[in-house]
Amino acid sequence: MLTGSYPRFTETLADPSLQLAIYTATGRLMDKRRATVMPEALPDYQELRNQAHLLKKHTLENLDYYLEQFQAALQARGGKVVYCKEGSEVVEFLAGLARERRAEVIVKSKSMTTEEIHFNERLAEFGVEPVETDLGEYIIQLTHQRPYHIVAPALHMTRYDVARVFQERLGVENETEPEKQTRIARRMLREKFLAADIGVSGANFLVAGSGAVVLVENEGNARMATTLPKVHVAVAGIEKMIPRAQDLAVFLKLLGRSGTGQPLTVYTSFLTGPRREGEVDGPEEFYVVLLDNGRTRLLADREKRESLFCIRCGACLNHCPVYRKIGGHSYPTTYSGPIGAILTPQYLGAKHSPWLPFASSLCGACAEVCPVKIDIPKILLDLRSEAVKAKRKDGENRVEAWSFKIWAWIMRHPRWYEAAGLAARAVLGSEDEGWLRRVPLWLRVGPLKEWLSRRDLPPPPERSFRQLWRSRLPAREE
Amino acid sequence: MSRDYILHKVRTAVGRSAGQPPDPPPEPRLRVPELSTEQRIEMFRARLESLAGRVAVVGAPSEAREYVAAMAAGKRAVASNAPFLTACGITSIPEVRSGFREPKALLDACTAADVGITSADYALADTGTLVMLSSQEEARAVSLLPPVHVAVIRRESLLTGLDELFSLVPEPDTLSSSMVLITGPSRTADIEQILVRGVHGPGEIHVVIV
Repeated sequence: MLTGSYPRFTETLADPSLQLAIYTATGRLMDKRRATVMPEALPDYQELRNQAHLLKKHTLENLDYYLEQFQAALQARGGKVVYCKEGSEVVEFLAGLARERRAEVIVKSKSMTTEEIHFNERLAEFGVEPVETDLGEYIIQLTHQRPYHIVAPALHMTRYDVARVFQERLGVENETEPEKQTRIARRMLREKFLAADIGVSGANFLVAGSGAVVLVENEGNARMATTLPKVHVAVAGIEKMIPRAQDLAVFLKLLGRSGTGQPLTVYTSFLTGPRREGEVDGPEEFYVVLLDNGRTRLLADREKRESLFCIRCGACLNHCPVYRKIGGHSYPTTYSGPIGAILTPQYLGAKHSPWLPFASSLCGACAEVCPVKIDIPKILLDLRSEAVKAKRKDGENRVEAWSFKIWAWIMRHPRWYEAAGLAARAVLGSEDEGWLRRVPLWLRVGPLKEWLSRRDLPPPPERSFRQLWRSRLPAREE
Repeated sequence: MSRDYILHKVRTAVGRSAGQPPDPPPEPRLRVPELSTEQRIEMFRARLESLAGRVAVVGAPSEAREYVAAMAAGKRAVASNAPFLTACGITSIPEVRSGFREPKALLDACTAADVGITSADYALADTGTLVMLSSQEEARAVSLLPPVHVAVIRRESLLTGLDELFSLVPEPDTLSSSMVLITGPSRTADIEQILVRGVHGPGEIHVVIV
């Protein structure tokens, strides 16, 4: 069933140091999360998850109301709202703004939504390339990669990789100490912050009643990007809405803990409009870009709507046995892991990567750790069923359908079953090694070839169960 | 227009008509435990120290001045315009520059400073957090640009946690254009999950509770 392109997946599996890096990093994040959500640390954790789920459900079911409320509240504070159907509109808006304000430097804090629309690359075509300022994102941008993980973008890189990147791209000395590497980035980026004309951020939450953009971070780069430049533009998906400021008491407790095992991240900014009368600093202009990009289509699907509840904590990635083996770059788009497997086909249409919902063992770990209780395995199953139906319509999976028909028929006819077993053993022999690997070349054709390339079974025993049964039991009348 | 197009798509998707008021949203349960000021101070101290922050509890404003003077000695320091800092005598420390009303002058001072001194509107005991509402008295850059941040706060400003903050300030937007919660020094673990402090914000944070 896994057909189509899967970038990077064999390389990742074959690279022992990368395997170790993914395994330790995600393992550490799992431990830290557990320590902050266990009953001794947060007695009402399950209650908070329920509340978060219900709040998101309520907001999305009345999203038009909250979008309008948000706009009215923000406008009353002097901020502006820009609606965009898709990425190109966001890029055009920013390019226009940059031209009008004669902006030369744009700084950017971490935002998955801008990654989703390939904001940096597309804006670079207009001659202004935003500078990423989150340390991980900065490194990733210097190497022209995409984030490996929702909260830890450079998770797959070692300090030696970073040293090489800094040497090549920044022209600094070879420096392999993370502490000193961070100093280098601080120095380089401080200059950018002070020179920047526009600061672009994402939004972790949009508070409808207050017209507020809420940003959660640890480094201080989001504060810099929203404090120093004259213009602040926040780019956010419309699903980021929550009704009131006090709902943050629920979401903030869950987000930091689920993401990095922090009861609260270092900085949480609650921003409503440009600087006010008398304030000495802060932006003079404040824009919030509300992006659709496939979200309204997903919203219309009652069954799978809850995919939009996601607050991008990354816990499902850390706990996913598949993500932990194949890593973030094996997923076809921005969002990786279980949440990526349900968001990507729904944002981009099932045709984009029909195999994605199958890249899961359905073990349920993702649903168990999800702070907003998205039933990811159920949605994966729904998407699988849709993919199969679509294929059937296209007549694509005729071979598979026939294979299963033959299989079912053999299973219902004991003599044929036994004969098939004997034949398989005769053809494949009994060896210590896995026996599917030994399927002769003349059988490895068409879809079988692909199917066999990554599958194996333990070797067959010398005698089948039926043979043993007959020899050990005293003869019995049939 | 994209606005009308998106709102229309949203309404079609959820089956609502324009202007239809929703049912009230579910109420988050805010819990405010009963804790004495001493308990709050101890909780705050334990939390912030576990994040490598420093906490000093002093009996009188003059002691706060001494603490800050010792930190600022031989360094360049910028203080916000918070009246509490003046009341503690902190703005009269020779190394401390204060009273900035001009954006450019403030920015230059903060860029050059080794220490930024502020007060805070509230502090949260159970997370070791400072709550800063920006205003003409409290500029954003002072707690952000210098590598060391010292906050001098009143003991009465210690709340139990997020729940108490949001029950006390249900609409932060009515008070300020920016409310920032600061929990410990700026940090990252983006390279090999190794903890490094002081990425873009201050790498050191001191809280003096008067």
